[in-house]
Amino acid sequence: MMLEIKNLHAEVAGKEILKGLNLNLGAGEVHAIMGPNGAGKSTLSYTLAGRDGYEITGGEVLYKGKDLLALEPHERAAAGIFLGFQYPVEIPGVSTLNFLRTAVNSIRSQKGEADMSAAEFLKTVRVKAKDLDLDPEMLKRFVNVGFSGGEKKRNEMLQMAMIDPNLAILDETDSGLDIDALKVVSKGINALRGADKTILLITHYQRLLDYVVPDHVHVLAGGKIVKSGGPELAHLLEKEGYAGIAA
Amino acid sequence: MAVSQDTAKTVDEVTGSYKYGFTTAIEQEYAPKGLNEDIVRFISAKKEEPQWLLDWRLKAFRMWLEMDEPDWAMLNYPKIDYQDAYYYAAPKQKPTLKSLDELDPEIKSTYDKLGIPIEEQKVLAGVEGARKVAVDAVFDSVSVATTFREELSKAGVIFLSISEAVKEYPELIKKWLGSVVPQRDNYFACLNAAVFSDGTFVYIPKGVRCPMELSTYFRINAENTGQFERTLIIAEEGSYVSYLEGCTAPMRDENQLHAAVVELVAMDDAEIKYSTVQNWYPGDKDGKGGIYNFVTKRARCIGKNSKVSWTQVETGSAVTWKYPSCVLEGEGSSGEFYSVAVTNNYQQADTGTKMIHIGKNTKSRIISKGISAGHSNNTYRGLVRVLGKADNVRNFTQCDSLLIGGDCGAHTVPYIEVKNPTAQIEHEATTSKISEDQLFYTMQRGLNEEDAVALIVNGFCREVLQELPMEFAVEAQKLLGVSLEGSVG
Repeated sequence: MMLEIKNLHAEVAGKEILKGLNLNLGAGEVHAIMGPNGAGKSTLSYTLAGRDGYEITGGEVLYKGKDLLALEPHERAAAGIFLGFQYPVEIPGVSTLNFLRTAVNSIRSQKGEADMSAAEFLKTVRVKAKDLDLDPEMLKRFVNVGFSGGEKKRNEMLQMAMIDPNLAILDETDSGLDIDALKVVSKGINALRGADKTILLITHYQRLLDYVVPDHVHVLAGGKIVKSGGPELAHLLEKEGYAGIAA
Repeated sequence: MAVSQDTAKTVDEVTGSYKYGFTTAIEQEYAPKGLNEDIVRFISAKKEEPQWLLDWRLKAFRMWLEMDEPDWAMLNYPKIDYQDAYYYAAPKQKPTLKSLDELDPEIKSTYDKLGIPIEEQKVLAGVEGARKVAVDAVFDSVSVATTFREELSKAGVIFLSISEAVKEYPELIKKWLGSVVPQRDNYFACLNAAVFSDGTFVYIPKGVRCPMELSTYFRINAENTGQFERTLIIAEEGSYVSYLEGCTAPMRDENQLHAAVVELVAMDDAEIKYSTVQNWYPGDKDGKGGIYNFVTKRARCIGKNSKVSWTQVETGSAVTWKYPSCVLEGEGSSGEFYSVAVTNNYQQADTGTKMIHIGKNTKSRIISKGISAGHSNNTYRGLVRVLGKADNVRNFTQCDSLLIGGDCGAHTVPYIEVKNPTAQIEHEATTSKISEDQLFYTMQRGLNEEDAVALIVNGFCREVLQELPMEFAVEAQKLLGVSLEGSVG
């Protein structure tokens, strides 16, 4: 099992958001979590990535059989957990290329591996950028500074491709994308799929799931998973809304 | 890009206490403690100075006695007892060496511990094909080794300690010493004029582009030794020189006073680029110890279209009082000031620049990045003055402050005095915090907290760091990370 979430309770600023969440993600699987606003979708992704201020008040999370919650955010990254941000953050003065390379080598160094050589890095990044229709000029720009919504999300996908995680949690990666960008981003997600990979898509909309077809769909409401099913559940939600299901 | 990579790695390597906290056991020859005319005479005699220079020092000393220590800066430190310090200390070694191999092994190992950038280490070690950087090492008060003097002299460049220059080029020293920073300029500069120990003299003749970057490592070594360096750089018409000044000091509990003077002169079409990386001991986490750094640095752009550029990365010292300035006399001359000042724990920095526009069509550009962490206070204080006859002056000033944590302070104190209506003055200022969003985003990508802070801060300082020569840029990035250790979380 890639990730086992057992009866997870989490608070933000003293307010309980996750209220006994259970979820199992197997290796090689793609899961989608859908749910109304305020259901706890982003809280779940931040909690799994270890963000400050997201306090666990109960339950446990096992990643590859080990306690995930004991790890610092950068250790979780090195262990293979990647979070695609709903709102990617700007870092002025730091080029995208430098950021990528620092990230890749920080993870390598935590794993006791040698740095990726400059030549290998540049070669790899060019190929991956091309796959994502990213202008190589963009790599020289500062991280997310002045990027359009689509560029930001494609930049997240580029980071994911370079880091090559085992568990990718993608928080509303499809929001704010036009149809062409959505196709490119979906291609990036599908490229990650594999026997030893798990992808958790957090989304409001069915349309991403037309391009990245999930194995399982879950409905998150009121801080819990209230319903699970196959891809057809997403279609049902699209048609009938959350009201009937989440009730 | 590669630079930041090295940095992240090096930040790891040097994690821990102040890296340069060691003391070299070399016999010192002290002047007696305290300050009076006899001490001034002692210093002058030790250096076998001519009468005119002794008189110059004594005149300064008498002026100094009449002056008051300035108190307008946003700095708080206990009153300095000027009688409780040594004003002359020199390694007990013959100061003139034929080659670096003759250098005292203790001094040599000091260089090793200093982590002098690799390129310079190669130069010091005499590695063939090493990139040329001339190093004039100021070990406490006397220059102990000067490299590449021959090659420089072939180009006509003079690169000497001030003491040597007084003997070999008395007419140049007599003409220019104190011509930019007069003896009575300010309290600390005046003290320096009376007791300056040693320093560097650079002369670039007409039309010469200095064939290498000139570098001086200052190092304060003796306990309770005030350091009074004096640097004088003259760039004749159409010449160019890039000068690097870097400093580290060993850890001491007592506060040590440092009052240096730097004078630059640029003639027609000459250009001087002066870069500083300052990482003197900042004191411990509780604000005990550390260097008091009261420095007067000024350039006169005398010539038409002359240019002086100051770049500084200030991460050290308990107290910093420093305003590298440009007096833009020549028509079309320009002055630049690029500064990063980092304060952590209980450090205090009051630093900035003065751009005095006297000539027509003169330009100045000021980019200041202040980073405050811990309980520190960081003040940018800058003056842009445009005189009545200076038509068509342009100035651009940008002051950005970055706060880390909630107990530190950042202050911006710009003074703008314009007496000519054709001047165009722009001033931009921002204050921001390292956001939790940025930290989390960066850490989610695999960087630990310290590396994440270092990366974000390096990004914040980018416009300044890119002005530094390559070797210095690496060291500076490294220092930023080290200086901010323990500032988050």
